[in-house]
Amino acid sequence: MKCNYACQSSTHLVARRQLLGGMTALGLGGAFGSLSALAHPASAAQLAKDQKRVLVIYMSGGLSQLESWDPKPKTDTGGPFRAIPTSVPGLHISELLPQTATLMDKLAVIRSINTRNNDHGVGSYQMTRGRNREPSTDYPHLGAIAAKALEAPSLSLPGHIRIPGGGRGGDSAYLGPRYSSIGVDGKPPQNSARPEAVSERGDQRRNTFRKQVNERSKLKRRSAETDIYTYSYEQAQELMKQREVFDITKEPQNYHDRYGSSGFGQHCLMARRLMENGVTCVQVSHSNYDTHNENFNFHLEQLGEFDQSFSALIGDLSDRGMMESTLVVVMSEFGRTPRINQYYGRDHWGKSWSICLGGGKVHPGAVIGKTSDNGTEVTDREVDHGDLFHTYLSAVGLDSTATFNIDGRELPLANPTGSTIDELLT
Amino acid sequence: MSRLYPAQEEPSEKQPDGSMPDPKLAHVREQWKYSSPLIACSFDPGGKYVFASAEDNSVQRWDLESSAITPFAAHDSWVRDMTFLADGQTLVTVGSDDQMIWWPVAAENPKPLKTIQAHKGWIRTVSISPDGTLLATGGNDNLVKIWNTTDGTCLHELAGHDSNVYSTLFHPEGQFLVSGDLSGQVRQWEISSGKFVRAFDASALHTYNGGQQVHYGGVRSIALSPDLKYMACSGLHKATNPLGAVSEPLVLLFDWESQELLRSHVTSDVRGIGWSVYYLADGTLMGLSGGGGGGFLLFWKPDEDKDFFKFKLPNIARDLALHPNGLQVATTHFDRHLRISHMTPKPPEKEDKKSG
Repeated sequence: MKCNYACQSSTHLVARRQLLGGMTALGLGGAFGSLSALAHPASAAQLAKDQKRVLVIYMSGGLSQLESWDPKPKTDTGGPFRAIPTSVPGLHISELLPQTATLMDKLAVIRSINTRNNDHGVGSYQMTRGRNREPSTDYPHLGAIAAKALEAPSLSLPGHIRIPGGGRGGDSAYLGPRYSSIGVDGKPPQNSARPEAVSERGDQRRNTFRKQVNERSKLKRRSAETDIYTYSYEQAQELMKQREVFDITKEPQNYHDRYGSSGFGQHCLMARRLMENGVTCVQVSHSNYDTHNENFNFHLEQLGEFDQSFSALIGDLSDRGMMESTLVVVMSEFGRTPRINQYYGRDHWGKSWSICLGGGKVHPGAVIGKTSDNGTEVTDREVDHGDLFHTYLSAVGLDSTATFNIDGRELPLANPTGSTIDELLT
Repeated sequence: MSRLYPAQEEPSEKQPDGSMPDPKLAHVREQWKYSSPLIACSFDPGGKYVFASAEDNSVQRWDLESSAITPFAAHDSWVRDMTFLADGQTLVTVGSDDQMIWWPVAAENPKPLKTIQAHKGWIRTVSISPDGTLLATGGNDNLVKIWNTTDGTCLHELAGHDSNVYSTLFHPEGQFLVSGDLSGQVRQWEISSGKFVRAFDASALHTYNGGQQVHYGGVRSIALSPDLKYMACSGLHKATNPLGAVSEPLVLLFDWESQELLRSHVTSDVRGIGWSVYYLADGTLMGLSGGGGGGFLLFWKPDEDKDFFKFKLPNIARDLALHPNGLQVATTHFDRHLRISHMTPKPPEKEDKKSG
């Protein structure tokens, strides 16, 4: 991955400190690309003040739309759960989400998704990249795009964090490893505390020496690889300085109670803490919804946990005035079959399913699209993953039809065949 | 699932009509197809009808003689279990709508006699006491409740389970009630005081799968042997893939007095869940397995871990009921059929009641 520094790209002039501090929309260039994506580039300063964020709640395995956002009680596919009214007149969701139901006036649902896919890997790629997987091209994750396009000048933490997880994710494609996600497991990142055996002064001297060697080395042998290597070191130093941002034990007990003691609850609390401290995109996963067997028992178990923590998170973001600047998306790789199988399960289903989202420019309380009486097909306003991706980007103020300039190549942020669901946005 | 004991003074190997059930003669003699997959089932104490709940929220009554079918429609969700009051004329159903409904068993156009909002969360089990004066229910609020059958008032709320209550059973001597939950705990309660007496450890019926992050299993059914020496708890084990329906049926056999785990009744080459267990009059334990391996009636002797006979049903099965005569069983199936299997010799003439 030798970069084309021989071309005298302006990247040579980008200081390492700038890399850490992030680049504004107008400051990007060369190997790290330039961004012509902001709908209003001149407002970068305003964005810095009012940074936009993306929070993905990923329901691993495939959440059932019939047990969540598009219930069909008293039909042949409805299952045993009933629908309950929400804070939005006329909008009903599953009785498994009683606390979320009281917050639907802050959220919206899209009930008409057809991704034409029933495979986990394909669905995950579709929903997080807004594209179908192609043999010759990899596309960046929504979090990588958000991390790059919404990066704030003051941000020194990673722009895209996965919870739970570990290590670097290879999910930034042509945006480069700088925007790859970092996984954390509900605690400050592993090895982010200075070892007791190393004194503070000793640590400083060690880093100073490393920097000196790096500076000398890069005069003759600088490459994209060495820059990323250096960047990783410096980002790690920032993580060490700010490791308390990841430490949810610093949160008051009443917040722990509110979010719940489950792993998911604690991860949601960490997500709020990270976003509040400037992280651009956080993805929290909740497992597991791949309920081919006993779908109803397992959704009862999983959504009971989800409902408390998710509603606490939305309420908290709202209380802190963060919803306007934070897009929240609850997504899966697909939905689940309307047909109930022989094990009281539901199987994979990409033909007519739902997501929930809110915040940013998303119109609170909106309901987009419709499915048939028993949920087996979309009957109004069909959308796919490409349309959803455009909508996510637009919801945080980006021009989803814009491009990244990567080494002179104009690469669209979103699949040009899709389009924003305009009526969903304010 | 509840176990309604046939009225008999002392356990006898022979049934009221003098016949003996022979598991090895099991065969499906009748089957009726409904328009929706079926869930739970039970015979009425008089042995004239069989009732089954369906995924369309209804309960259906079949007349065993005429095959006539009658709907019982009032629940707002799936009916999980059912039993009968002592007069044999009142059906009690419980469901995922949190409701307990009383019905006239033989009515031509049955309407609810009484509707009680009994739990907050699904009601998974209902049982009748031996003297017919009490009902016990258990559900997703982790509570067991004891009800007066005279007026439907709640006499006791028994708290202590830390997971959903899946099964209840009154001890035939009338002093105790047992209840089993998802985590595999079986709690024994004193009926008169509502006090907790002791717990049986059936946690082998529970799995927590860390990879999938799900709890799975539970005490799906409880039965006491005719001589009251043994308590059998059915469910599953070897749940290597709970979300993918990979498990095997398991019945734990406890000594009632000492609480010692005597047996782990297993089978071979059958994947599924032990949905239900009953004792036949001679002490043979009969279980229903339904799952990836299909539907099976399994039979065990109390002194052997492994089943001595299994009867394969035509489709995956979900519930089992023993007829008061002890000779035939009803099973509910995903393929929308209610099947009646007999454990007696096949009749010489071909039956013509089969449909679907």
